[in-house]
Amino acid sequence: MVFPLCFALFVVGLYCVLAKRNTVKIVIGLAVMEYATNLFFILLGYRKQPRLADVQAPIRVSVANLDDFFFKAVDPLPQALVLTSIVIGVGVTALALALCIRLYQRYGTFDIDEMRRLKG
Amino acid sequence: MGIEIIMTVIMGFTLLGAVIAVEIKNLLSAVIALGTVGMGVSIAFLFLMAPDLAIVQIAVEALLLIFLIRATLKPDIRATHAHIHPVGLGLVVLLCLGLIVFGFFAFQPLEFGKPVMAQRSEIPSSHYLREGLRETGAANIVTAVILDYRGYDTLGEATVIFTAVIGALTVLRAKAHRKKGGPK
Amino acid sequence: MKGMTIIVQTITRLVKIFILLYGLYLTLTGHLTPGGGFAGGVVIACLYILLTLAYGRQWALRRFPRRLAGSLDSVGGFIFLIVACLGFGFGGMFFVNFLERFFPGRPFALLSAGTIPLNNIAICLKVAASLFLVFIVMAGARLLEKKDRTYDYKQEEEE
Repeated sequence: MVFPLCFALFVVGLYCVLAKRNTVKIVIGLAVMEYATNLFFILLGYRKQPRLADVQAPIRVSVANLDDFFFKAVDPLPQALVLTSIVIGVGVTALALALCIRLYQRYGTFDIDEMRRLKG
Repeated sequence: MGIEIIMTVIMGFTLLGAVIAVEIKNLLSAVIALGTVGMGVSIAFLFLMAPDLAIVQIAVEALLLIFLIRATLKPDIRATHAHIHPVGLGLVVLLCLGLIVFGFFAFQPLEFGKPVMAQRSEIPSSHYLREGLRETGAANIVTAVILDYRGYDTLGEATVIFTAVIGALTVLRAKAHRKKGGPK
Repeated sequence: MKGMTIIVQTITRLVKIFILLYGLYLTLTGHLTPGGGFAGGVVIACLYILLTLAYGRQWALRRFPRRLAGSLDSVGGFIFLIVACLGFGFGGMFFVNFLERFFPGRPFALLSAGTIPLNNIAICLKVAASLFLVFIVMAGARLLEKKDRTYDYKQEEEE
């Protein structure tokens, strides 16, 4: 039931991007989609154990008991990919917001339909 | 309490926050609701044993909230019509409902808690976990992956964020308009 | 932006050194504990944004001008690339961890893991400078009303 919920979060963001006319709302939808994608990657890399406290983060705490770590740690690769993805996401969102501010300065509105009307 | 129950509760909270952020009229309220979504994702990262990501996510969330509030906070924010044309809206709602149904059935065979790493042994993740400390000397395997094994990824990330910053600087620069005499 | 009240300014003066220390800690021990260059960079960028919001834009730009932020951004990227190219020279491959190969450190020591702490510092500089730069530009942009189509350049020229 976890993966469909994550996908539902993505669909909420997609609905916001497709159906809203406010540019800031569209940026919010993009941010929600980005969160859902990041969360999906981390969910894919989780390794379940009988007890919740047995699961280990991919960080070594001692040189010994490598085998124990190897069988209990979660997947480090999706975490590494998502770590860069989060920072890229904030850069891209800042760029989109800069465009929104510029459009507001130019047209005096956030509404994309009104912008189209004002242009003609 | 199993991890599925915890994750379902957190995802429900996140989904509620996302729906509020999408549907509420006031832009400032929408931005704050988006903050709850990021907070929920950060808590989910903590439960999924990704502490690096939780730290980055919570800091980035604060930053993004400041950016968004900066963009929406103004004296005369006029209410815009919420949605696109009704026919298009109906199509979009149908598409989204279809996608949710599709996702519900498409993700059934995907079993939570069993990564590919645990099913097959000869993939990079296993190598990183087993040899990461010996080969790179870094105890934090995630850092070892992003800065040693997969340095190209981080180099590309640096390029992307550099481009995004240049884009934002160029878009928001006021001096270029003065040469042309201002927009008509 | 003018800055905020005396309460906010006093609290900011008290907590700013702790935020800076936390960011530096996350960056410098990124190869041992959770954290790393990304987290430390974002925390330090948040510190600068807090100072900007509390004391006003002019105050922040006097102490940390935009040109310096741009230079730090480039320096961060450059350190990262130089370390990668040095790996090409000493180790035979791009991004190879040559320091760890020649001077293997003790595991779990602060000075270990070869080039990874250097790269962490580079990433921290890059992320912090980039995000601060974006914020300072967005804080300088004026949002105008609809009727008033004349642009206001005063704030840009004050720098």
